[in-house]
Amino acid sequence: MKNSTFSDPFENARQEKGYGEMNDQDDPVTMLLRLKDVRKCAHNWKTFQSGAVPGRIVIPSEVNIRETRQIPFEVDPPMHKTYRDLVEDWFKRPLQQAYQEKLTTIIEDIVDEVLAKEIAVEVVEEFALKIQSRALTLLLNIPFEESETWISWGTHVFRSEDTSLDGEKAAILYNYIDEQIDKAIQNPGKDLYSVLLNSEIDNRKLTKEEVKGVMILTFAGGRDTVINTITNSIAYFAEHKASLERLKNNPDITRKAVEELIRYFSPLTQMGRVVTEAASVCEHAIKKDSRISLCWASANRDETVFENPNEVVLDRKMNPHVSFGFSHHKCLGATHARQIMMVLLETLAKKVKFIDIIDSEENIENLDEFQRKVGFDSLQVKFNK
Amino acid sequence: MAKITFITSDNKTTVLEGSSGSVMQLAVDNNINGIDGDCGGVCSCATCHVHVHPDHFEKTGMPSDIENDMLELDDHVNAYSRLCCQIEINEALDGLVLTVAK
Repeated sequence: MKNSTFSDPFENARQEKGYGEMNDQDDPVTMLLRLKDVRKCAHNWKTFQSGAVPGRIVIPSEVNIRETRQIPFEVDPPMHKTYRDLVEDWFKRPLQQAYQEKLTTIIEDIVDEVLAKEIAVEVVEEFALKIQSRALTLLLNIPFEESETWISWGTHVFRSEDTSLDGEKAAILYNYIDEQIDKAIQNPGKDLYSVLLNSEIDNRKLTKEEVKGVMILTFAGGRDTVINTITNSIAYFAEHKASLERLKNNPDITRKAVEELIRYFSPLTQMGRVVTEAASVCEHAIKKDSRISLCWASANRDETVFENPNEVVLDRKMNPHVSFGFSHHKCLGATHARQIMMVLLETLAKKVKFIDIIDSEENIENLDEFQRKVGFDSLQVKFNK
Repeated sequence: MAKITFITSDNKTTVLEGSSGSVMQLAVDNNINGIDGDCGGVCSCATCHVHVHPDHFEKTGMPSDIENDMLELDDHVNAYSRLCCQIEINEALDGLVLTVAK
């Protein structure tokens, strides 16, 4: 199998019964696999809530390593909208020309750097993590140098290689954010910490804990996901040289190509909800206080909606994917992520002739019934100009 | 060339002219408030939701099944809802009036 082939482990279960089952730390999950079911349940926040105990809607559950509620992600309407309205405009800044120009400089510099190397480059650490970290300084509006700290943390904020949940690593992030919030209190600036600290809801300032909740979400939500999308895209273009050529000759399809790669790779496999009342999905009874998951990765391969779902069709015209979630909780960082991918594809098309894969180690998620390739632990490539 | 009128939630009326591409792109290129077009027009984000003036619904036609599936779970949906990334500009649209659905 090619490095850039990401097969669909959910196909049989999705077609035959529509759901899968997973035990996660003795808190079982019914995984919804069809696009329509995923959308309907994502929309039905009253029965399938996000505002449960912090960490419980994440799979694997973070209940044992986190007490801070991520905001607005772990809040239900109507309070969810109050928080979302507060941050929405900030997270749309990637549409501004000045932001895009800075992002282009960041990505072009890194691409130039890897093109200048005579030897292979390890894409996850030396390319994707760098782009993700440096781009995050734009989203937070803080000095570029701060990215060096985040790069030094390695690829996973929460996860380490031997255990899926690593409390010590999580503490690095939480302590760091606490320190940054304290710094912003002492020296307010134009960064996201300061903006949040100065924001008001219901005629009061946000608390430190609420600011921390937004910042944890911003750091954690866009780390593995962006890194995997970048790395997997490099594997794809290495093995589909004509596709890179096509982007060069036909830049008008780049926008569609971004959406298609994000659909195909589905960087976040699933997100959970806690069930507030007895319910039924696909004629399967779901108990109160159990969990469901909205399996974006399966929904994105739903053959009743997508033609040739297991193929990358770079100029796919109808692409109602749910890689950024759906309904109230759709990804706050999607504008930033899409912009990173746009600039990356434009830069690769402009500067890179071809890419050769030297070696790779796949990153496989264990979901009990299913094993899903989500990215790479390591991808050694040679970039050629 | 088709003249298309956009009415935004602040009751501002903007008349634009276009000859090709999608109505969403025309709106985004001219900063129509409430039309974001995040996904670039592939029917994935529903950030280009409009209500077609009832007298003009024949000009745009009905949404496809995929578009309808996106719309039916939108809080602002009505019988004249469309995602304007799925409406291609042509001369038959001349005079179209759209209200941004948020």
